[in-house]
Amino acid sequence: MTSTVSFLTTKPHIIVIGNGMVGHHFVEQMIAQGGHDAFHISVFGEEPYLAYDRVHLSEYFTGKGAADLAMTDGSLYDTHGVRYFTGCLVIKIDRGAKQVMLQNGESLAYDKLVLATGSYPFVPPIPGHKRDNTFVYRTLDDLDAIRTCAKQVTRGTVVGGGLLGLEAANALKNLGLETSVVEFAPRLMPVQLDEKGGAVLKEMIEGLGVKVYTDTATKDIVDGESAFHRMNFADGSHLETDLILFSAGIRPQDALAHQSGLTVGERGGISVNNHCQTSDDDIYAIGECALWNNRIFGLVAPGYAMAKSAAGHLLTDFLGLAGVTFTGADMSTKLKLLGCDVGSVGDAHAQSQGCKVFVYQDEISQSYRKMVVSEDGKKLLGAVLVGDNSYYDTLLQYYLNAIDLPEQAQALILPAMEGAPVGLGVDALPATASICSCHNVSKQDISDAVCNGALSVGDVKGVTKAATGCGGCAALLKKVVDNALLALGVEVSTDLCEHFAYTRQDLYNLVKIGEIKTFNELLKTHGKGHGCEICKPAVGSILASVWNDYVLKKEHISLQDTNDRFLANMQKDGTYSIVPRIPGGEITPDRLIVLGQVAKEYGLYTKVTGGQRIDLFGATLSQLPEIWEKLIAAGFETGQAYGKSLRTVKSCVGSTWCRYGVNDSMKMAIELENRYKGLRSPHKIKFAVSGCTRECAEAQSKDIGVIATEGGWNLYVCGNGGMKPRHGDLFAKDLDDETLVKYIDRVLMFYTKTADRLQRTSVWMDGLEGGLDYLKEVVIDDKLGLCAELEARMQHVVDTFQCEWKTTLQDPEALKTFRQFVNYEGSDSNVVFVEERNQMRPATESEKQQLIAKVG
Amino acid sequence: MTTPWTLICKQEDLVEGAGVAAMVSGEQVAIFYVPESEQKVFAISNWDPIGKANVLSRGLVAHLQEQWVVASPLYKQHFVLASGQCLEEDIKIPHWQAKLEGSDVFIAAHL
Ligand code: SRM
Ligand SMILES: Cc1cc2nc3c(=O)[nH]c(=O)nc-3n(C[C@H](O)[C@H](O)[C@H](O)COP(=O)(O)OP(=O)(O)OC[C@H]3O[C@@H](n4cnc5c(N)ncnc54)[C@H](O)[C@@H]3O)c2cc1C
Ligand code: SF4
Ligand code: FES
Repeated sequence: MTSTVSFLTTKPHIIVIGNGMVGHHFVEQMIAQGGHDAFHISVFGEEPYLAYDRVHLSEYFTGKGAADLAMTDGSLYDTHGVRYFTGCLVIKIDRGAKQVMLQNGESLAYDKLVLATGSYPFVPPIPGHKRDNTFVYRTLDDLDAIRTCAKQVTRGTVVGGGLLGLEAANALKNLGLETSVVEFAPRLMPVQLDEKGGAVLKEMIEGLGVKVYTDTATKDIVDGESAFHRMNFADGSHLETDLILFSAGIRPQDALAHQSGLTVGERGGISVNNHCQTSDDDIYAIGECALWNNRIFGLVAPGYAMAKSAAGHLLTDFLGLAGVTFTGADMSTKLKLLGCDVGSVGDAHAQSQGCKVFVYQDEISQSYRKMVVSEDGKKLLGAVLVGDNSYYDTLLQYYLNAIDLPEQAQALILPAMEGAPVGLGVDALPATASICSCHNVSKQDISDAVCNGALSVGDVKGVTKAATGCGGCAALLKKVVDNALLALGVEVSTDLCEHFAYTRQDLYNLVKIGEIKTFNELLKTHGKGHGCEICKPAVGSILASVWNDYVLKKEHISLQDTNDRFLANMQKDGTYSIVPRIPGGEITPDRLIVLGQVAKEYGLYTKVTGGQRIDLFGATLSQLPEIWEKLIAAGFETGQAYGKSLRTVKSCVGSTWCRYGVNDSMKMAIELENRYKGLRSPHKIKFAVSGCTRECAEAQSKDIGVIATEGGWNLYVCGNGGMKPRHGDLFAKDLDDETLVKYIDRVLMFYTKTADRLQRTSVWMDGLEGGLDYLKEVVIDDKLGLCAELEARMQHVVDTFQCEWKTTLQDPEALKTFRQFVNYEGSDSNVVFVEERNQMRPATESEKQQLIAKVG
Repeated sequence: MTTPWTLICKQEDLVEGAGVAAMVSGEQVAIFYVPESEQKVFAISNWDPIGKANVLSRGLVAHLQEQWVVASPLYKQHFVLASGQCLEEDIKIPHWQAKLEGSDVFIAAHL
């Protein structure tokens, strides 16, 4: 990936070497302050990708792709004229000529240079460390290599029991390997934890089936007998393993500084001042390669702070004001390693003069906490937590803001007992308290954002970037935002919109109890004003859920969002798609032929959808009724792809054909689809039915999932794919047909009755107080005494089903609205198609210009 | 000076609380019928400059900040029916004076 911006004018040129997290943040900081107008900026990165989120690298093994981790797709750079070159190593700096030299021999002149080259993993020079199947854990490419190897072997060992080593061990374990950790020091996480904390952590991790060897030095690595490697230890014992991952610390990548004669520290690292300038005023170093006050900072937040100060210093003249300087950073950390909470704040090792220590240890629930306080007992200097990080936020705030400790300070690490003064309300935090260290956001910044109109956590995140780095501060951020809202006197509003001071659930109940049949009636009795695009479709959907009227009735038509109003999905060029229902994905050859004939007659683009049916794209408004007339004559029904309603019931072929099928999943899928097809709900609903546990229909990723078992059907609820996939929860096992349908009736109606607008079942479930167990109580034990009503409501919807297209075709009033123009028979000249792979598709803007130019 | 009005269609061609499209001297016009409003009928361009398609007549009519607006069916930006002003972006689309007389719908030249 390389941009093609070329520089013609004579602005000074900044070259950034290294496009990791910090190098990228530097560019963002420059752009945010208009620095791209003052400088030409070029970025060189050795890796084949643009900057990605290394902090969350391990998620690459748990489902995230490179694109999810990417910090930019290049558009930020393109938009602001920043040139970037990936897969491009800088090999030399000529400070005299002010040039950098690339691997391909090219040279480029710079005015200012920023080194953001990060660090590289240290591999101890044990004999055998270069053997095959040895790895480090730093880049996407490293992880690809590890994954490939792990597929072929069974045992993996991590050398190094620090933060990263344990994270890597977790990754190996997730890849299905028998995992061991070998640590040279006498305890795990020697930098952050004291001896006792390390011991508790070791016990917890061993409890999870990871072998831990502490106090163990590896002498050499040779061919193994039962595995690929044998690691021989100094004490004469050995360990056989197939894969070795070195995670024995990092070293600053300062090769270019050595080469060009910049001052570097004794143990590496490019020396910088408070502006992050190196010994050459025109060269800055930021992030993990930089050495400030003889310290390297191996975390992303300090790197971001350095990026900010370097950008500020470079822009001093341009902005006419001095930026912030870098004055060190806090290295407190909190993590979940292999499922164990670990936290460390400030002086964890109690090395400050005269300090005193409180310790709490609980061998039953395996937790350990230590507080280091000043000699007079007034201030918190450090803390160690193992097993439960819920104490971390409070301790960190006492530490960072030097807040006086309360009388019974030890209560801060004691388990919460009745009446104990635990926790520090966000009220007590000073305005300067740092809430998000990754993006350096203070409590004041958050209150300011709220005062300026950011009235939700999401908005505040957008404005301040808080909680968008490591994410560790998210819970605290929410508290601070809620607190700021309260201070402003803002009640956290659950109103649907300015026209209705009610939640969707309230409105549902009002409609039902008041027997309200139209939007205007509801507005008159319970709302104000004239309605908007939020309340109109929401009320339209509620009316349809409760009364199941025809949605294009005169009094309902103006409530419908465009797709519902024309019973088809609008495409980008204003044409529509047509999706007939194909229950369970089963279709006769004759019907398949009809679809083909209709598509051919109208020249529609034809595609098999992700929902096991067939979509015909490119019909104009006025063609919709004609096309549906033909489809309905051939026995098709509307597929309601446009509605917030049941979409598809995906199915596998099941026991009729499949040699493994234990029940007729096809039949069940068709029955379910036909039962629920008319239901209007808060958001769309998808089902699937699989014929056995192999799950070819992917039922566990659906709102309602059904899997055949030897004893009947297992029911899963509240899963989905889409933007944030969630697996469904097992709701009930081995149900007979009748009970299955009964439970689905109840779950869906309870959802329809109580969910928010545009809330899918998964989000609804996550927000239900009491969660899955509560839902079971309501649906299975009838805790609320609602079941009979829920079933009756569903039966009403089932009994009053109508194919909306069929009704529309019989209604001349409704048909009138499908005219392209009220006063003209022609078509929309902006709808232009071109051919691709033997079908038509919408022309692009530039194709249109060419085509229209030719014709006109 | 009197405004030259053009007859476009009949009231029965309109949809209550929503829009329809008309072709006027080669230009696509979206005509909205809002019985609750003082003006009753509004006319703005049918072209959505953000979604780049002739679709505004098919958007949802809303009442926001004391003004009648339509939400584009493509990306939901709001356009004020009386002025063509977009509420989210600094864009103003063409609008026409419109009136309902008896059962006839008229629009005048561009405002
Ligand atoms: C046509 C189709 C893609 C295809 O070419 O295969 C499609 C097309 C659209 N999807 Fe989809 N989705 C299609 C299958 C899916 C699937 C796969 C599935 O159902 O197994 C998913 C993920 C599964 C899921 O929903 O849990 C899917 C997740 C989405 C989402 C994200 C939902 C979420 O909760 O995150 C949206 C956006 C939304 O609904 O708000 C969406 C929205 C859309 C819309 C309606 C966007 C729009 O408003 O224009 C697309 C227009 C449909 C049209 O014009 O007909 N589509 N969409 C598929 C139609 C299936 C069908 O037969 O009805
Ligand atoms: C698995 C893992 C988990 C982590 N977890 C956390 C965490 O929870 N919290 C936290 O704060 N930190 C964490 N870190 C550390 C964090 O990722 C680093 O602090 C951060 O990435 C440093 O950013 P950087 O830009 O300085 O260096 P890097 O991200 O290493 O980027 C430097 C880039 O420069 C390139 N480069 C080097 N030399 C050249 C050259 N000569 N020419 C061109 N390009 C060059 C490199 O290829 C690299 O892409 C973690 C790191 C890893 C590996
Ligand atoms: S789930 Fe797979 S294996 Fe089972 S019946 Fe369906 S197709 Fe056959
Ligand atoms: S502290 Fe990392 S995102 Fe806020």
